[in-house]
Formats: sequence, structure tokens, C-alpha cells
Amino acid sequence: MATASPSVFLLMVNGQVESAQFPEYDDLYCKYCFVYGQDWDPTAGLEEGISQITSKSQDVRQALVWNFPIDVTFKSTNPYGWPQIVLSVYGPDVFGNDVVRGYGAVHVPFSPGRHKRTIPMFVPESTSKLQKFTSWFMGRRPEYTDPKVVAQGEGREVTRVRSQGFVTLLFNVVTKDMRKLGYDTGPSDTQGWSGPNPPQRFPQ
Amino acid sequence: MVSEKSHRGNRQEPVQEEPKTHLLSMTVRRGPRSLPPIPSTSRTGFAEFSMRGRMREKLQAARSKAESALLQEIPTPRPRRLRSPSKKELETEFGTEPGKEVERTQQEVDSQSYSRVKFRDSARKIKPKPQVPPGFPSAEEAYNFFTFNFDPEPEGSEEKPKARHRAGTNQEEEEGEEEPPAQGGGKEMDEEELLNGDDAEDFLLGLDHMADDFVSVRPADYESIHDRLQMEREMLFIPSRQTVPTYKKLPENVQPRFLEDEGLYTGVRPEVARTNQNIMENRLLMQDPERRWFGDDGRILALPNPIKPFPSRPPVLTQEQSSKAELETLYKKAVKYVHSSQHVIRSGDPPGNFQLDIDISGLIFTHHPCFSREHVLAAKLAQLYDQYLARHQRNKAKFLTDKLQALRNAVQTGLYPEKPHQSLDTIQKTINEYKSEIRQTRKFRDAEQEKDRTLLKTIIKVWKEMKSLREFQRFTNTPLKLVLRKEKADQKADEEAYEAEIQAEISELLEEHTEEYAQKMEEYRTSLHQWKAWRKAQRAKKKKRKQAAEEHPDDEIAEPYPEEDLVKPSPPEPTDRAVIEQEVRKRAAQSRRRPWEPTLVPELSLAGSVTPNDQCPRAEVSRREDVKKRSVYLKVLFNNKEVSRTVSRPLGADFRVHFGQIFNLQIVNWPESLTLQVYETIGHSSPTLLAEVFLPIPETTVVTGRAPTEEVEFSSNQHVTLDHEGVGSGVPFSFEADGSNQLTLMTSGKVSHSVAWAIGENGIPLIPPLSQQNIGFWSALKKADAISSIGTSGLTDMKKLAKWAAESKLDPNDPNNAPLMQLISVATSGESYVPDFFRLEQLQQEFNFVSDQELNRSKRFRLLHLRSQEVPEFRNYKQVPVYDREIMEKVFQDYEKRLRDRNVIETKEHIDTHRAIVAKYLQQVRESVINRFLIAKQYFLLADMIVEEEVPNISILGLSLFKLAEQKRPLRPRRKGRKKVTAQNLSDGDIKLLVNIVRAYDIPVRKPAVSKFQQPSRSSRMFSEKHAASPSTYSPTHNTDYPLGQVLVRPFVEVSFQRTVCHTTTAEGPNPSWNEELELPFRAPNGDYSTASLQSVKDVVFINIFDEVLHDVLEDDRERGSGIHTRIERHWLGCVKIPFSTIYFQARIDGTFKIDIPPVLLGYSKERNMILERGFDSVGSLSEGSYITLFITIEPQLVPGESIREKFESQEDEKLLQATEKFQAECALKFPNRQCLTTVIDISGTTVFITRYLKPLNPPQELLNVYPNNLQATAELVARYVSLIPFLPDTVSFGGICDLWSTSDQFLDLLAGDEEEHAVLLCNYFLSLGKKAWLLMGNAIPEGPTAYVLTWEHGRYLIWNPCSGHSYGQFDIFCPLKNVGCLIGPDNIWFNIQRYDSPPRINFDVTRPKLWKSFFSRSLPYPGLSSVQPEELIYQRSDKAAAAELQDRIEKILKEKIMDWRPRHLTRWNRYCTSTLRHFLPLLEKSQGEDVEDDHRAELLKQLGDYRFSGFPLHMPYSEVKPLIDAVYGTGVHNIDVPNVEFALAVYIHPYPKNVLSVWIYVASLIRNR
Repeated sequence: MATASPSVFLLMVNGQVESAQFPEYDDLYCKYCFVYGQDWDPTAGLEEGISQITSKSQDVRQALVWNFPIDVTFKSTNPYGWPQIVLSVYGPDVFGNDVVRGYGAVHVPFSPGRHKRTIPMFVPESTSKLQKFTSWFMGRRPEYTDPKVVAQGEGREVTRVRSQGFVTLLFNVVTKDMRKLGYDTGPSDTQGWSGPNPPQRFPQ
Repeated sequence: MVSEKSHRGNRQEPVQEEPKTHLLSMTVRRGPRSLPPIPSTSRTGFAEFSMRGRMREKLQAARSKAESALLQEIPTPRPRRLRSPSKKELETEFGTEPGKEVERTQQEVDSQSYSRVKFRDSARKIKPKPQVPPGFPSAEEAYNFFTFNFDPEPEGSEEKPKARHRAGTNQEEEEGEEEPPAQGGGKEMDEEELLNGDDAEDFLLGLDHMADDFVSVRPADYESIHDRLQMEREMLFIPSRQTVPTYKKLPENVQPRFLEDEGLYTGVRPEVARTNQNIMENRLLMQDPERRWFGDDGRILALPNPIKPFPSRPPVLTQEQSSKAELETLYKKAVKYVHSSQHVIRSGDPPGNFQLDIDISGLIFTHHPCFSREHVLAAKLAQLYDQYLARHQRNKAKFLTDKLQALRNAVQTGLYPEKPHQSLDTIQKTINEYKSEIRQTRKFRDAEQEKDRTLLKTIIKVWKEMKSLREFQRFTNTPLKLVLRKEKADQKADEEAYEAEIQAEISELLEEHTEEYAQKMEEYRTSLHQWKAWRKAQRAKKKKRKQAAEEHPDDEIAEPYPEEDLVKPSPPEPTDRAVIEQEVRKRAAQSRRRPWEPTLVPELSLAGSVTPNDQCPRAEVSRREDVKKRSVYLKVLFNNKEVSRTVSRPLGADFRVHFGQIFNLQIVNWPESLTLQVYETIGHSSPTLLAEVFLPIPETTVVTGRAPTEEVEFSSNQHVTLDHEGVGSGVPFSFEADGSNQLTLMTSGKVSHSVAWAIGENGIPLIPPLSQQNIGFWSALKKADAISSIGTSGLTDMKKLAKWAAESKLDPNDPNNAPLMQLISVATSGESYVPDFFRLEQLQQEFNFVSDQELNRSKRFRLLHLRSQEVPEFRNYKQVPVYDREIMEKVFQDYEKRLRDRNVIETKEHIDTHRAIVAKYLQQVRESVINRFLIAKQYFLLADMIVEEEVPNISILGLSLFKLAEQKRPLRPRRKGRKKVTAQNLSDGDIKLLVNIVRAYDIPVRKPAVSKFQQPSRSSRMFSEKHAASPSTYSPTHNTDYPLGQVLVRPFVEVSFQRTVCHTTTAEGPNPSWNEELELPFRAPNGDYSTASLQSVKDVVFINIFDEVLHDVLEDDRERGSGIHTRIERHWLGCVKIPFSTIYFQARIDGTFKIDIPPVLLGYSKERNMILERGFDSVGSLSEGSYITLFITIEPQLVPGESIREKFESQEDEKLLQATEKFQAECALKFPNRQCLTTVIDISGTTVFITRYLKPLNPPQELLNVYPNNLQATAELVARYVSLIPFLPDTVSFGGICDLWSTSDQFLDLLAGDEEEHAVLLCNYFLSLGKKAWLLMGNAIPEGPTAYVLTWEHGRYLIWNPCSGHSYGQFDIFCPLKNVGCLIGPDNIWFNIQRYDSPPRINFDVTRPKLWKSFFSRSLPYPGLSSVQPEELIYQRSDKAAAAELQDRIEKILKEKIMDWRPRHLTRWNRYCTSTLRHFLPLLEKSQGEDVEDDHRAELLKQLGDYRFSGFPLHMPYSEVKPLIDAVYGTGVHNIDVPNVEFALAVYIHPYPKNVLSVWIYVASLIRNR
């Protein structure tokens, strides 16, 4: 492969689904997947994953910690359709049925480096009070036909959602050849970490 | 007295201090030493004594001296009191703070004891009261003195409640202070209290008798509940919820005033519930009757609602970092501060010292509160005169008159040209143009002249009013004077000109009218002509109809004429000259100066004299005085900061102020706003802000010296009412004596100014550079004009903006809109700012980064663009390369070719030109339909996005309860629904087609090689058999031919789909049972698994039944003992074809299907005696052909795309549409599973009532001629003809958008359609043949919901499958139709409301309302709907030559294909056999594949005696070549790999009218017998 003129650029994302804040719920697990455009192709790593079930920490923070690793590499020719990570969190309800606790999505950060993202999570609302009751009672809450719709705009106008909590993600992003192809994603792309600069805190 | 009291109050404190300190010093000294109490009393006595002495002294001094002396005395003790604490401590001889606290407690204890002392003392005093020595204070005075000075304690019984209260408070204070003392002090206190207690006892004893005087005994206080309520009523107030009447909230006799109605801006009030508002109003009225809480409109004053209409989400906080992160120190590199604001010149820019020159020359009030009535009129007059001057200067009327004259001259010369160098045509054209222009110009001129005249009239009227006002008030205020100068013209010439003008106009008008008349006449003639023709046609039609009625008496004649009667046109009327003349004269008199009138020229001068003050009435004098007191100055605000102000100038009597000041603003910031504030000062009071004037920021081209002086108007909304002659501002006044015609004027005026950029020393204008302005784009966006700040200023269309503002009803008084309104008013008033051009998309150029050509040239961009447009070739293009050079030109080739070929008909693929045209047409229709519904497809329902459980209703709940009691493992398990998968995240290999082959019946059996002619087998029954069923024709005798024990047939099934082939094991016998599941992979075209793509899959599942024949190929009999050498041959017996789309939409296909067996199957025959022996009844045995039981489904189950949910527009009557909806709802309620159709969508996408499709239509004459006397045979032939039209589901052709119904002529033109088109055509043919026929909507296998045709034939019903051409009796158990939803006739719809819906179990008698619910009934009679079908179908004769050519080509293609399929073997063609077969095929066509087998076989045997022959004819309707190839491939003839095999292939195409082609393909393999 001629390094002089690359024909694709690479985006390596690793990190983890760190923790979540769901004040009312416990024993949750989360599922992640990536949504990306037609010009993108995963070359290594896993596009999807389901985490272990975590319980609330017994301290004041009441955090649900997963620390579930993400590691995927994409190659692409076009920043259009930049990958988004879609998270969906599930857990048991009062009756022990497995119900959805939140959907959320965020773009993989553009600039290389370490990024922390906190995503607000939401679930679709039932269409009526009666539906709400029966869905609660029967443990069959409304869910998206496909969690990936939360990464798209199409058809979202027909849904109503309620916010649920937050999930914190940590990304370490490495890009290759983006600048060579003319995409400048930030100052750190060119300058790098030169000299004994003090370790920078998370940009976010 | 009041003042004295207050002095006393003041004095009280210092004086009180004195004895205390004395006491303090004593007791404190005593306290620590714990002295015995006795000396304390003696000391008290001493203290008392000394006090008295001093008191006496003081009182004496008070007597002798005046009050003031007493006052003077106060300062002496006061400093003592105000001393610093340290001094006080010194005095009290305590060094520390705790000590002081101790001291205080003791002091209080002491004071208690002291008060007792005082008691005694006062008691003592009461006794000697009467004998007061002179010089002593009187008793009362003394008492007062005591009470006032020494009274921290309760004293007299008279003051008991009050004192008690005070004591209470004191005690509280004591308690508060008693707690902190040190422990030691506390002990001492206890001791002391004991001591004091003793003392107190003594004292109380001594005071015993006196207590009665002070204490009175009363009953306990009790207030009755009524009193209490009464008191509460006085004290408490419960505000009512009732609405407060407005008059209560307003001052007396004031009407509520609604500012909003007056056009003033009132903000949006916050939402408050009405009752709460009422409560508040009532409360306010009760508390504070001044009404200042209420506004003019009688409502509570309220600020505008501060709540934003849109919510904003608070930023997400990361909780983890919160506490720690905030405390951590962070290193931050020092950053050089770069000024982010664009308003300051950056270091990069040249150090600017830019200058803006503002010249304020003066100010004129067009209205001012101090205006007298005369001033108002004068201002009006001046304004009108200005207008007049402006008009006069432009003199548009004159200009237009000249233009008119010139045009007339041009027409004159044009009509009679001296040099006719142009063609007559062009001259006529130009003259016409001129004429129309003359008309225009005349209209303009008339309007202008009228305007001039009215203006002049108004000026004169105002002047007259002014004169009368001056007379009335007997003084003049303004020097204005209007002189009307008469300019006498030559009357005669004038009159002539006037008359000439009128004449010219008349003649022109006349000409116009005649032209118009001619035109109308022409129209009239043509319409008359049409009318006549129509009448003639009508008459002819009537005649024809009559004839037709005679021929078919049973036909309905009462069909109304579809066309409306044309009205006979009436001729236009010619115009009259006199009428025109009258009109013209009238108009001229109105708008023009009459010739005898002199021209009036008004001249306004200031020559008049103003009445001096001493001759004016008082009110006027005071007005003039007021004016003199006033002065005005202006503040200049730059970017909302005051930069300078003008000098204050007095207001002149003419309300003009001259400033004449130039301000040179040295600026560094880019100007965002430039404002002048007008301030007015009255006398010495503070200035008031009258108004703000916004000045436009000059263009960069405007520099000093070149800037014109402009006037900017301002107005103020202040209300001023004056008590003199001035009319005030914002106050209504009237000129009339009776106060009618009220006028309300607001203070307003004009500032004349000029703003320009200064020019530097070297002649360079001092303007901030453009770059600086560009940076300011975003921040300036809100404040200033966004467009001007980007550098393309002045290009907006201000007039349009103003128009928009007017149209959108912007509230001009809303402060939010102020800058916009100001901008508009400035821009529209000063015309020099509005450019004459308007540039569309003025910013486009700025945002383009590459020119369009360059963009189009980029291959990458083009690829991306095409992909986003979802062009089929590129829809799923993955990984568009980064560089243009990596994109192959080849990528676009197909697409470009398709674009090029769109209009070019190519015959290569389609062979037949007509089909090629049709295919193109279909493609175009498809594209247009798709484009039409593209938006509707984007429309999502909630169910598409969210999976939600349905609300269970009672029945479901009941069922689920019932389920609880159900067995866990029932004996007969019910099939459970599988989970459906939406086809969006699928990929190749995910979808599988599952084919379960259960069993087959009546497979043809082999015949022994010995050829003995037998009763022929028929794949399809003769029509005659159906009513003359005679099972006896089949004699069981021939079965004796079979050698017992020999296997009749060894069938197996092979399923091929998308070139994947699977087959079952081999079973034995004519009724085999396989029970095998075959799994075939499914690949979507182009890997696109979207619903739309899956719907348009045209692939077909071929289920072929073969006979496996084992041939013993052992050469040598000797080896038979040691080895088996057999060759397996497979003989095709028949096939079942199921399109994938059917499977996709039905989700599963389950049933028994008839095997399509070729008419001639050499070497095989049907075995029937088995059935007879089993004792089936005659009906069962009648069924011919072979059947196979299948179950087909897709794994995973796919969700079929839904049709459009959009409602389509319709031409139908609204009432009818409502009825259809009602009918359908009712039907669906009763039988939700039965198909009920009332309206369908036609090919142009409109809703059409279904019966309009049914109408008798003539079948091709050619078919009618075959059996002229046999109606039944003709019917079969017609059905065959219809079935020969290729079948193409709508979902395939229209991408699943909807089920479109095309009319029969469209269907025949397209030569493709699905069941309903076939059924409609067949039904129409039957109707035309005179049969009773209905369209039958129901469910069939394998099609699912489909359309069949039902006919009534000689006492029995026949069900026709329009796609195969077969007919079935009502009681035929092998009829593919499984249930019946509704019947549709040409004039009604009947819905099946019987209990059962399978054809054998229902009654087809539609006249019985209990069994069939009809749409049109007595309540809704049939309105006589016209048909959408054509009058008659026109058939072109088929082109025999073309068919022959096509035949050859297909044969060639097929031969090539067979050779291709046998790549490893040599393929030999047996020409002799081929020619025999070719000769034989037309016979098959003629007999429709029946009754030929035996003749055929005989002939073949004769000719090919020494060959082992296996082959069969295939029959298909022709649509494309591909299905033919697939069919041949499916038979597997090519699979024979016997070395010496030879092939024969013949094709025959029989053309039917309208290019319907019947294709026969005879394929055979021959093996030479040795």
C-alpha cells in the first residue's frame, strides 16, 4: 500500500461504556452497536456487544458501572455517515420482565484523543394511558423496531419519548490518513503531543 | 405639646441612665463581697434621698428656664452615653466582658429590689400629696416624672395591663440575658435572691392595704362566638372569586381604554387563571381603593410574559468529576488575549482612525404639542404644497401626454408609410404594439391628471379652512399665505386641443371596440359551427341507439347521455359610437381641466404677518410664552453610546430649530447603529426624551462633500395636554365648533442631517476596511443588517421587506421589531438608498467554493449525487473512492446508456418491437407513479417505528385467561406465528426459502414400451364433459396391459429457484409421498434487501416432477451376476410455477396444486382405475390432471411492504364515496377475512368505483369466427385468449406501491397485468357474448386474494380462472378458488354474508338479500355510473411475418442456450426430428393441446421408429425470452449425458390479435435404439 497517497482513511475507536446513571433502576445491562454510512466499512473489532449485568454501587453515587470495552476500526472514503454508537439499556422491571430502560446515540468523536461523552437516554412513550398501564402490567413496554433508528432522523416525528438517565462513554480515537485526504479534524491532528506538555485533561 | 413629648422621649433615656449607673456602682461593689442585705436598704434610702434632691433641683430648673434650656441640657448626658464601651467599662470598674455580663444581671436583680423600694416610696408619697410645698412639683407632675423616668417596671394599677405587658417583654429580655453568666455569679445571685426574698416579704406586708387600691377583681374575659365572628368579620377578609366589574377598577366616569385597539403595542400578558386574577383584583380593591394597580383597560397592570416559548435543556453535568475535579489545580498555558470582538480593530488591520462626519443641520416639527390649530393646518398645507411641488417638477401628466402624442404620430406614419421597406406583417405587428401602448399610456395619463387635480383641490380646501380659522379666532399665528395664480391660455386653441383630444380618444376606443367585436364574432361563428355539428351528431346517435335497442331488446336503453347539451351561442352586439363618446366626455370632465377654465398655479409664501402678542387673546399669549420657554437639543449615540450632543436651542415660533453642527466621530469600531435622541427642555426642568431617530450607516462610497442632506422623520408617543391654545399631543381635538371630526396628532418632526465618511489628508476616505466588516458577520447579524455586514450591502429589496412586514402584520410598536421597522422606514423614505435592481440569491456567489461545471466534472461528486438520488444502478454503491482517478469510467456507462436509450426502442432484448415499446411505456408509467408517491412512502406510522403491545380487549383477555387452563402440550398443537423480520438489516444468505413437498396424486404412469394406443389423457377437460360427465368413457380394461408388479413410475421432485436446484428422494407409484423439506437460499437483486426491492423480485420457484428411469446398460449378460450397470434417466412429467412475489406476500403457501403437465407426454398415461376402485364418486374422479401438495414459506418471515396509506383523490361523487366507506366498514365488521372491494385505484392514481370497469366489450372477431354456432367453444377460446396475455403482478411493475387497475384497453396495450385485469377483460368478453357474468373477488391458492370470473351456464355456475383459462364447476373440489368475498356486476356489488365462503357450500343467487348484501339497494339506487372502459376494443391484425421471425430467433436462442448448458458434452441436433416436431406444433395450437396424443405418437413412431424418444411440448404466453429459457431449463432435457444423445427443438408462435402470442416449444431428446 502506497503510503504517499492513501485511498482510505482509518478510524480506530476503543474505549468503554463506563457507567450509567439510572436513578430508579438497578441490575441493568447494555447493548451497543454502530451505525455508519455506506462509505464506511468495519475492518477490525466488534461492531456490536452486550454487556454484563451490573448492580448499583452501594455508595452515594449509585452508579451502575459496566466498564464494558469497545474496540472497532473502520475504514472509509468519506466522512459522510460518520459512525455513531447506539446504546440501548435493558433491565428487569418490578415483575422481573426484561424491559428496555433507555436508548441513546452519539457520534464517535471526530478528533483524535481521549473523549468522555455522557449521553442522555430515553425510551419511547406508550400511546395512551391505558397502553401505559397494560404495558407496565404485562412487562411489554414499547420498544423501537430497531434500536438503530435513534441514530437516524427518519420517522422519528411519530414517536414521543421520555428521558430516563445517562450513560457515560469513554472513547480513545485514533485516525490515520485523514489529513492526507484533506480532512482536518482538529489542531491535535497535526501538532500531536510534542514536548513535555502536562497531561491534558479530557477535552470534554 | 407634640414636640415636647418627643423631647421628653429623647430625654428619657439619658436621664434614666444616670441613676442606674449610680446604683450599679454601688450594687456591684457590694455583689462580689456578698455584703449583708441591711446596708443595702439603708443605701437605698440614701440613694432615694439623693435622687430626690436632684430631682427637685432639676424640676426647679425646668420651671425657671424655658423649654429650650431643657433642650440644652440634653447634650450633657448624651456624650456620656455615647462613649465607647471601654470607657464605660472603666467606669463600672470591670476590665473584662464576662464581668460586665455578671454586672448586668446583678443590676437587674437590683433594679427589682429597687422597684420595690420605689413602691414603698410612692405609697409614702401619696399620703403627703395634698400638702405640696410651693416650689415643689405638683403631684401629677411628679408622678409623670416618675413614670416616665423610672419606669422599666410595672407601677400603677391604672396602667396595669400595659405595664404587665411591658414587664413581660422585659422579663423575656432578662431571661435571654440570664443564661450566659458565669457560674460563680450564678451562685451569688441565688444567695442574693434569698436575701431579697426576705426583704420583699417585709415590703409586701407593709404594702398589704395598698394592694386593694391597685388590683381589681373581674370575671374572666369571655367573648361570645357572635362577637368573635363579628370581630373576625371586621378583621378578616375573604376575597371573592367573582369578576370585578370594570367600573369599580377605574376612576369615576372613565371608560376603559384598550391600548391594543388603538394600535399601541402591549406585550403578551402571562397566563394567569381567571379566578386567581379575580381574587387578586378583589384583594387590591379592598386594600387599596386608589386603583393604581389597574391599567387604563381595567385590568391589573402586568409586565409582558418573561417565559420563553421554547424549552432549553440544561447542560449535561458529569457528576463524577464534580467534587474532585473542582479542587484539582490545572495548568493552563498563558494565552495571549486576542480580542474576539470584531468591533475593535485587530492588530493585523492597519491602525485605523476612521472618521464619520455627522452633519445635523436642523429640526422641524411637523407636529408639536404647542401647535395651535392654525399651525396644524399650516403644517398640512406645507406638506401638500411640497407634494405639489414635487409632482410639478416631475410633471408626469405632461410627459405622458407627450408620449401619447408621439405614439399616435408613430401609428399614423406606420399606417401610411412612405417607404414600405418592411413587410406588411411586421408593420401590422408594430402598430398593434403601439396601439396597446397607447391604451396603457392613456390610462396612466388619465390617472395622473386626476391626481393632479385632486391635489390642487385639497390644497385649496385646506387654505380655505385656514382662512376661515384665522377669521374666526381673529389673529394669525403663521406667516403662510397661499396665492393662486391664474394663467389664462388662448381659449380657442385650448378648446380645439381639448376637442381634438377627445376625438382622438373616441376614435381609438371605437377601433378597439370594433376589433373586439370582430374577435367575438369570430368566436361566435366557430362555436355556432360546433354546435351545429354536435346537433347533427346527436341526431345520428339517437337514430343509432334506436337501432341498437331493436337489436338487443334486453339491453338497457335508459343510459343517459354522457355529454351535456351545448347551448346555442348568441351573436355579440356591436358597439355604439354615441355611447363611447358620452363615456369619454364624462371621464374628461372629471379628470381634466375644462378648456374655459384658467390654469391655477398655487404659490405658497411666508409673506403674511403674524398678529403681535398684545392683540391676541390670553390663551394664545400663554401658548406663545410656553413655546418660548422650550428648547431642544439632540444627542448623538454611536453603537448605543452617547458620543456628543448639540447645543440646546430655543424652539422658534415656527417650530424650527437650526443646529448646523457637524460632528466628526473618530471611530475604531465598525458602526452598528447611529442614533439621534431628541430632547426637549421646558424652562428649567429636566430634559425629556421626545424621540429616537435612527440614522442609516452610510455606504462606503458616501464621503464628505458628496453626501446629500436627508430628512429623517421621527415621532413620539407621548401624551401632552396643555391648558392653553396648544392642541397638545396624542389628545383628540377638533376644528369644528361642535367637536365632531376629531383629530389626534402625535408629536412628530423631521431631522435634516447628512452622514458621510470623512476624507483623510491624502484623499483616502477614512473607512474601516472590508475585512473588518466581514468578521462582524455573525455578531452583527442580529443587530444590524446581516446582508450589509457581509459586504454586499444595499442589495436587499427594502420595498419587499416593507411589504413583507405589512403582510405579516408585524406589530410596529413592538420593541422587538423596532430595528426592523426603523430600517424599513428609513430605507423606504429615503429613496436614494433603494437600488433599482434586485439580485436573486445575492449570497450564492459568496458561498460557492467551486463552479458548477467543475462540480459536475468531478466523478466522485457525481457518484455521490447519483447515489443520494437513489438511482437504481448506484443505490447500494459502497465505498465511493476518494479520488476521481480511482473511479472507473465504466461505472457510469450502464447508467448513461440507459439514459440514452430511454427514448430509443431497442429490440435486441425484447425481439418483438411491440413488446419493447410496451416495456418502455411500462417503465415510464412506473417511474411517474413512483415519483408521485415518493413522498407518501416517506410517511411513517408509529407502528413502523415502535413495537407496542396492543391494548387487550375483553375477548383477548378472556382468551388469555382461558389459555391458562390449557394443556401444556396439547395433542393437536396449533401452529404458532413466527416473528416477523423487517427487511432492512438482512444480507445475503439470511433468507431461505423452505419448500415442503408432502405428496402427489395421479402422477402419469409409464406405458409399456409396447405401444398400444390407449384412451388419451387430458390435462384439461373439454367443456362438453362438464355437463355430460361420463366416467364410463374410461374403461378399466386397458389397465390389464400393465404387467403386474412392475413399478408404474418412480417420481421425484426437483425445486429450482434462482438457479439453485434441490431435489427429493425418489418415491414409487403414481401417488407418492415424500414429506421432505428442501431449503433454497434467496438472494435479493443487487444485495438490496429493502422492501421495495424484494417486492419487485420477478423470480419464480419451479417445482418439477420427474420420473427416474433406470436403464440397464449392461452389455454382457454374463456380468449380471457380479455387477450392476444402470443408467439413470430422468423424464420430466410436469411442473408447478409459483412466483416469489406470491410467497413474499402470502408469507406461506399451503395447499394442493395442479401440476402443469404438457399436453403430450410420450410414453406416459394417466392411471384412473385406482380412483374408481377406491370408490370415489363421479365428481371426484372427474378431476383430471395430477396434483401435488406443497407447503412453501420464507425463513425468516419477512414483513411484506404495505401499500400506500394515502387517500387518493377521486372524481366520484362524495356521497358515493361515503357510501363505499360505510359499506366496507360494515362488511369488515361482519366478516373481516372476506375481501370486499368497492373502489380501486386506476393507473393515473385516482380512486374509481369498481363497477365502472365492467362493461360488455367485444372479443376479437377472429375468435368469434372459429365456432360461429358454438357459444361454449367460443367462450373457451376467449378464456384461452385472455390467459395468453402475460401475467405480471402489480407489485412487480409498480414497486409495491399499490394495486393499480388498468382498463381493458390499457391492459391490452400493456400486454401485462395481474389477476384483476385478466378477470375484468374476461368478464367483459363474457358479458358481450351475452352470458351472465360477474367478477368474483376471493381467495385462491396459490395467488391469495385474487379475482375470478363467475358465469351462469344452463342452470349451473362456472368459475373461471382468468390467468389459466380453465373453468371449474361450482362443486369441483380441485377448484383453486377457496373462498368468495364478493361478486361485482356492471351495476352492483354483492358481499357474501353467508355462513360459509367456500364455493361448493354457498349459493350464488345474488337476488337473495339474506345471502348477499348488495351495495345499491332501494335506499341507495344505482345512479347510472358511466364506464371507464372504452366504447369498443380495436384489434390490430396480428403480424404473421413478425411472428415467424420471432419464432426463428427464439429457436436459435434456445438452441444456443441448451448448448451452453451442456459445456462438457457434444450437443447434436436431429434435424429430421426437429422438422417433424415443427410440423406438429401448429396442430397442437389448433386443438389447444387436446386429443392429439395418439395421432402424434403414431406419426412419431412411424418416422422415428428406431429412436427412444422423450420429449414434450411446452406452452406459454409470450412476454419475454427469459421465462421461455427458464422453462426449458426447468425441464432438464439437457441433463441427459448419454453419449449418443441427440436433441430436437422446435418453436411455434401463433399470433392472436393485438399481438397476443402463444408460444409452443417442443423439446425432445432422442437415443437411438440399438
